[in-house]
Amino acid sequence: MGLQAYLTLAAVVFCIGFFGVITRRNTIGILLGIELMLNSVNINLVAFARFSGDVTGMVFTVFTICITVAEAALGLAIVILLFRVRRTVTADHLDLLKG
Amino acid sequence: MTGDGTFALAALLLHALAFLVLAVVAPLRRLGRPAAWFSILCAAGSLVSALLAWQRHAGDAMSRLVWEWLPAQGQTLATVGVLADAESTIMLTLVALVACLVQVYSLGYLSDEPAPSLGRYYAYQSLFAFSMMGLVLAPNFVQLFICWELVGLCSYLLIGFWYYKPEAARAAVKAFWITKAGDVGLLIGIVLLWRQSGTFDLTEMRVLVDNGALPLAGLSLITFCIYLGAVGKSAQFPLHVWLPDAMEGPTPVSALIHAATMVTAGVYLLLRTEWLFALTPDVLLIVAWVGAFTALLAASLACAQDDIKRVLAYSTVSQLGYMMTAIGAGFAAAGFFHLLTHGLFKALLFLGAGAVIHAVHGNDLPQMGGLARRMPQTTVVFLVGTLSLAGIPLFGGFLSKEEILGAVWAGGLTGPFVLLMMVAFLTAFYMFRVVFLAFFGTPPARDTHPHDPPMTMALPLWILAALSLGVGIYFAVAGPALPFGPAEHEFTSPDWLMPAAVGAAVGGILLAWLTYQRRAIDAATLASALGPIRHAALRRFWMDDLFEGVYGLGLLGFSRLIGWIDRYLVDGVLNVVSAWTVTSGDDLRTMQTGRAQDYVYGVALGLMILLLWVRWALA
Amino acid sequence: MNGVPILSVMTWAPFVSALAIMFFARRRPMLVRWTSLAGATVSLVASLWVYWAYDRELAGFQFREEIALVPSLGISYLVAVDGISALMALLTSIIIFSGVFASWTVKERSQEFYALLLILVTGVYGVFVSLDLFVFFLFYEIAVLPMYLLIGIWGSSAEVRPQGIFGWAMGRTGVGTKEYAAMKLTLYLLFGSAFILVGVLALYVATGSQTFSFLTLASMEFDPALQTWVFLAFYIGFGILAGIWPLHTWSPDGHASAPTAVSMLHAGVLMKLGAYGFVRLGMGLLPDAAVDWAWLVGTIGCINIVYGALSAMAQIDLKYVIAYSSVSHMGIVMLGVATLTPNGLNGAVFQMFAHGIMTGLFFALVGLVYEKAHSREIFKMGGFGAMMPGIATAFTVGGLSSLGLPATAGFPAELLTFLGAWSSEYRWWLFPGVLGAFLTSIYVLRVAKQIFWGPESADPHFQNLPDAQGPEWAALGILVFVLVLFGVAPSLAIGPVDTATIPLLFRLTGQ
Repeated sequence: MGLQAYLTLAAVVFCIGFFGVITRRNTIGILLGIELMLNSVNINLVAFARFSGDVTGMVFTVFTICITVAEAALGLAIVILLFRVRRTVTADHLDLLKG
Repeated sequence: MTGDGTFALAALLLHALAFLVLAVVAPLRRLGRPAAWFSILCAAGSLVSALLAWQRHAGDAMSRLVWEWLPAQGQTLATVGVLADAESTIMLTLVALVACLVQVYSLGYLSDEPAPSLGRYYAYQSLFAFSMMGLVLAPNFVQLFICWELVGLCSYLLIGFWYYKPEAARAAVKAFWITKAGDVGLLIGIVLLWRQSGTFDLTEMRVLVDNGALPLAGLSLITFCIYLGAVGKSAQFPLHVWLPDAMEGPTPVSALIHAATMVTAGVYLLLRTEWLFALTPDVLLIVAWVGAFTALLAASLACAQDDIKRVLAYSTVSQLGYMMTAIGAGFAAAGFFHLLTHGLFKALLFLGAGAVIHAVHGNDLPQMGGLARRMPQTTVVFLVGTLSLAGIPLFGGFLSKEEILGAVWAGGLTGPFVLLMMVAFLTAFYMFRVVFLAFFGTPPARDTHPHDPPMTMALPLWILAALSLGVGIYFAVAGPALPFGPAEHEFTSPDWLMPAAVGAAVGGILLAWLTYQRRAIDAATLASALGPIRHAALRRFWMDDLFEGVYGLGLLGFSRLIGWIDRYLVDGVLNVVSAWTVTSGDDLRTMQTGRAQDYVYGVALGLMILLLWVRWALA
Repeated sequence: MNGVPILSVMTWAPFVSALAIMFFARRRPMLVRWTSLAGATVSLVASLWVYWAYDRELAGFQFREEIALVPSLGISYLVAVDGISALMALLTSIIIFSGVFASWTVKERSQEFYALLLILVTGVYGVFVSLDLFVFFLFYEIAVLPMYLLIGIWGSSAEVRPQGIFGWAMGRTGVGTKEYAAMKLTLYLLFGSAFILVGVLALYVATGSQTFSFLTLASMEFDPALQTWVFLAFYIGFGILAGIWPLHTWSPDGHASAPTAVSMLHAGVLMKLGAYGFVRLGMGLLPDAAVDWAWLVGTIGCINIVYGALSAMAQIDLKYVIAYSSVSHMGIVMLGVATLTPNGLNGAVFQMFAHGIMTGLFFALVGLVYEKAHSREIFKMGGFGAMMPGIATAFTVGGLSSLGLPATAGFPAELLTFLGAWSSEYRWWLFPGVLGAFLTSIYVLRVAKQIFWGPESADPHFQNLPDAQGPEWAALGILVFVLVLFGVAPSLAIGPVDTATIPLLFRLTGQ
């Protein structure tokens, strides 16, 4: 298996995630989609590190995972707050930015 | 011997002092009578000073005192000062005399006024006297115009003295606006003349004219513009409409401003610049015709008035027309002579009328009657004034009127001469109508127990009466040599002139006597015989209506149109632009749905376009 | 006095007192007023001193101070005065000094009100004295911007009925409200200052010598094409502030909505900034274009005179009458400038001063009347003369000055302008000018007659109204005194102004 296969996998995961982000109505689902997109990037990083023999990519991935966790926590916290205030987590109803 | 102008200056400044003190020292002004006495004191000082100035300058001695007023380009553009010569000092004396007498008279006439407004009255009076003297002594057109406007202001303030009366407030602005309309002409004339001659100064300009150095092109326009100023101030047709309304002011004010001094300023202006007008005979012809026409129009109007002050007001307009005609005929000195005598006897008539009004508490002739027995003193002085005005020999107005008629005849103006002869007849008629209705005949049913005025009012009356008579007798004895200007007679009157003029006057008196005293001619029959003319005269020949229409419909209507255009079109375009901005902003903001996923679509779309652009553009 | 940076003291004293007010006078309204008065007094004394000590023999720019700010771009704090700016600074001082008295009764947020007012005044002084175009522009913006808050917060609204073919737009924009007025004024003036900024930068680039100094720029000859469009940019930019037709409509709304002292300052001084900037930059830097375009400036000036007067006549709101009279009188200023004659230009500058004082007086009076009677509707009021003789007298004096009556400052200004007009290339300008003065007499005296003279209004709201009191007298007294003083002795103003206009015109016309 060459680098190509990993990159294809990452691209597929990214697209699935992006699809989730733009189509899911539930905010939690959107968050999950974002996680998928982030993880596809992680796959890319690890794959490149493995094939170029440079550990920087691995190190970076560890950082990303940490940050992703924090981001997920923050995102969920926001969703919970939103739910408290607006009694909904459906993305279409959260249009406070509407002009 | 040349005088140095100091006395003339002192006469001027004494009134300025009185005004300043009364204007600034409010506590003194509010005291009323002390303020009045202070003002009278200054006026008396001014009179003495003016007499001395007259005595100094009675010959040909002329003196000029000027100070820089307005600099330009490091030089002097305009000056202020005094130009004292025979003409200006004699006029100064007249102003000082009448001002002083009127101030004394007012003390009695306005005795019921509250103290603060009495103080205000005297402040205005002092300001007026100062401005009028400044006008008389003006060495140049700028000072002349300044004082010209200031006397207009004082006229406005004094007509509107009882400002809580709606008619008075209205008459005040009417007077100001109409004279101001004439002043527009005067100002334009002065500016044009300055450009043409390079100076404002009367003396320098006269030198230019005498040397023939003043370009004549366009001079007619200039003199006509200057004449317009005189038309407004001296109430010539068609700007005469303000003067009768100005009678809403206190009677002493009418005597001083609207009979003896301010309204004659126009005549005086033309006299001062007669050498300039002499260059434009076409304008002089207009002056003469308008003057004669005004005289006749106003005289006919005077016959139809029931208000004693309005009769006198129209008579003033008529007499101003007389003076103007003489100037138009090219004999300004004759007009000036009449100005002086008229100043005396018209002030006398007004003050006499004031005494009557004071006694019967009303202006209307029908309310009066049989006053001769109740107010013998007033009757005598009023008669002296009336005979003077009618032009009866030995009285003040006789010779000056003869002079004017002679001048107009000598000037070859037959048309105006005929008009003036008719006026002479009418003048005698309407004045004796007043005399018979007010002083003789039967007292009205509602009797108010009138009596002769108190000392402060009677004294000025007697002084003026004595002067009116004295002037007449003096000239009857000394011959009609004018005490100023060219000493010799400029023209010779035909022999038939004097009998004809006196005949016209006596005829007028007779008609009035037959109609209003003997009742041999029924006044109503006389009126109906003159049907349309009388009707028109009662409507004041629709002149007031015309002005009313021009002001109300023309000016205010047009201003409303402009105001509407400004608010709804000029500003409207601006509002449309801003409304468009707001609306398009409103429309554009609907793009912001507020849904996060729509934004992600947008981002993705943008990214794709960017990628494609990079692909194609950089390929 | 040598060594004292007198112009900086004059300029910054109000700013310092504004800072002091913000920091030390919280919730102490009397302290606010006295601090403002102190700042205004320092400026007044300084400007009087400058005016008095200005050397007329020497002429030119005097009391010069220079501090380099950004040497790499050639920006420096360069201040100096000539005859014109000395007179304008004096005008500013008189107006703010009496303005402080006139707003003595402001209750709402007086601390912020006075602070903003004083900052604005610093901007005005700065414009009049600075000779560095960059700093000039900075001060110009400082003078314009506080207006938005001053009108938006302390202003008052009027009622305007939407009608006409553009009526829909009026409802949309909220015509008549103070917010509308504040927004309109600010947008309009900023729109204008954009033109000015472009013009200034164009000149800066064109010199290539990295300097904003007026003195350097004035010694250069610019390309005629550049001159033309920069001149027009300046004309629009400064002209908006000077209220030229048809860009004047911010002024009636703005002046009518603004609180008393702000109207005084705005109509009295800020509109002069426009005319001053036009004379200083437009004519001083671009002589050829100024000669070429004089016909436009003068003709629009004539339109202003007559149109403003007629519009004033049509108003029923007292403040609008005065505001439109400003439009009319600024026309005389622009007309005088456009004559390109010494008398005309002297008249224009004198008119700037005279109009500043008289309109300041007018707005002070309108404020007083409104405060006592709570009405600005002319035809509802009547016969106030008996109740408030002082206010009535002051109004009459102001009105007389407005119509150019001799012995008030309005007369020499108009006379000089008219003389200039008739000596200029376009003689017919004289007639609209004189006509405007006549129309002024009609609308001013009509208003005076309606409100103060004539019979008393039967309305119970208008009974027993008090006359001016305490500090209000100070404001009226000062303004009336100045108006009469300069009318009786116009050489007080013409003397120094003359020294500045002669060299300016020499550059323009070679005479």
